[in-house]
Amino acid sequence: MRRPHPGLLVLGAILLVLPLLLPNAFYFDIVNRMAINAIVVLGLNLLIGFAGQISLGHAGFFGIGAYASAILPTHYGWPPVAAMGAGAAGAALLASVIAPPIFRLSGHYLAMATLGLGVVISIVLKNETAFTGGPDGMPVPPLSLFGLEIFGERQWYGLFAPVLLFSVWACQNLIDSPFGRALRALHGSEVASQVVGVDVARYKVAVFVLSAFIASIMGSLTAHYVGFVTPNVADFLHSIELVTMVVVGGMASVYGSVVGAVLLTALPQALATFEGWETVVFGAVLMLSMIFMPKGLVPTLAARLGKGR
Amino acid sequence: MARLEVRNLTKAFGGVLAVEDVSFTVETGIVYSVIGPNGAGKTTLFNLITGLLAPSVGEVRLDDQVVTGLAPHQLAAKGMARTFQNLQICMNMTAVENVMVGGHLSVDRNLFRSMLHFPSLRRADVVLRDRATELMAYVGLDAYLQSEASAMPYGALKRLEIARALAAKPRILFLDEPAAGLNPRETAEIDRLIRKIADGGVTVVLVEHDMKMVMNISDRILVLNSGKKLTEGSASEVRGNPDVIAAYLGKAA
Ligand SMILES: Nc1ncnc2c1ncn2[C@@H]1O[C@H](COP(=O)(O)OP(=O)(O)OP(=O)(O)O)[C@@H](O)[C@H]1O
Ligand SMILES: [Mg+2]
Repeated sequence: MRRPHPGLLVLGAILLVLPLLLPNAFYFDIVNRMAINAIVVLGLNLLIGFAGQISLGHAGFFGIGAYASAILPTHYGWPPVAAMGAGAAGAALLASVIAPPIFRLSGHYLAMATLGLGVVISIVLKNETAFTGGPDGMPVPPLSLFGLEIFGERQWYGLFAPVLLFSVWACQNLIDSPFGRALRALHGSEVASQVVGVDVARYKVAVFVLSAFIASIMGSLTAHYVGFVTPNVADFLHSIELVTMVVVGGMASVYGSVVGAVLLTALPQALATFEGWETVVFGAVLMLSMIFMPKGLVPTLAARLGKGR
Repeated sequence: MARLEVRNLTKAFGGVLAVEDVSFTVETGIVYSVIGPNGAGKTTLFNLITGLLAPSVGEVRLDDQVVTGLAPHQLAAKGMARTFQNLQICMNMTAVENVMVGGHLSVDRNLFRSMLHFPSLRRADVVLRDRATELMAYVGLDAYLQSEASAMPYGALKRLEIARALAAKPRILFLDEPAAGLNPRETAEIDRLIRKIADGGVTVVLVEHDMKMVMNISDRILVLNSGKKLTEGSASEVRGNPDVIAAYLGKAA
């Protein structure tokens, strides 16, 4: 229904006040990682939650962006912003080339195909040692915007916070538009969507490309932010983390994407003592939330509260 | 002028001919019914015409233009709309949104203008929402304007499908058993609704098992049996045809 976007005001207020509350760079860093994940998950949720398609290889696109921002400036002297654009264009192009055959599949086959895609990207990054530094990774030069180098967790927060706010706003606009309605409709019934004029294949490809593009941009920003990339950013575990955030926060929920990203970014910090076992905990969280809260946190809570309206 | 011409349409599923060499013409502005026993090929015929299935042989013309082999969304753009025998409702959306999807082709669907909340796009979308609301009233669903589709009873969903199809502003509307599973009162309402739609100038092609309704409402009737055209004619012609009676009694026995 019509949403006057009160959530956006709340999120904006939180993002504005947070810098006053965060005691040190360590906490800024955690919040920055939450924002990075939230933005990627917003894009992924368009694909998984709203359009009802699955991707188990999205970290691959994140990796393409990250390595474009590492390789092009380092080996070829590209300006970082151009490298970021090239990475995103490359990720979008790759997504648009492989999406048509992939989306002829559905269910388990689609999951397998996207998983394979992610694995291939991650293997390439590991093996092209001359360019990528192989499994050891490689350093990434800093990012300058308008001639100013972004330096330190606080300044990066100043970039990530508005980008997150913009992403939430844009996603909400999208799902409440004819384009977004078509995405949700093809999730609900493909044949019904087709016969009212929705070119189902085109919409699936478009949302896949969009989510790949977002992942790549965030991969680039993350690479500059951290100053170093390793092939881990593109690997299967990272893809699973992203999907877990979608599922736990809530499929087809914009704020669910943010909440899922925040919770599951905080979780490893809280579990620091379980070093090495984070993956197991992620798996357990995914399983438990599928069993007890299949719609995810935010939609479940919204339904509870909505009953009182 | 003929709105729809179907020539020698044939569909084989493996060795089975679900539709076999069926030809007929639907004049503009009429109610044209397709009847036949269960498994006669009525739904398959609809699927072939609306592009969900590709015919093995044959041709479909819409307003004298060959449209065989076009995808469903392309046919929608040319003015075809339909409902489904087994409901195809988007249960993840509200009732109004389901109808709004029907107007998909009439609004701006650009990705970037959508994300950036372009005022022109928003205005068109508000107009679409208003039209969807009117259409819900038109099919008698005023009570469900605030409903999630998943919270609506079966009979209301049957009408929601009709509202969605109408939102596409079709030239020809295919209704596959719109009264199936409805009680006599609801069936009478659907009967009235179809008349109203036809009076509004939309050509209607109807598949329905309720013979009282079919005989009342149809300008012409096509009878299918085992995928083949048995006969075609006005209600009285069809009713008096011994082959038709035999086909129905034969199946019932
Ligand atoms: N996708 C398919 N694959 C194989 N056979 C099919 C398929 N769709 C329909 N059939 C077969 O084609 C024949 C015609 O089916 P269809 O659904 O068109 O009949 P119908 O006239 O709509 O029947 P009903 O009145 O029960 O709705 C049936 O024998 C059915 O089993
Ligand atoms: Mg049927």
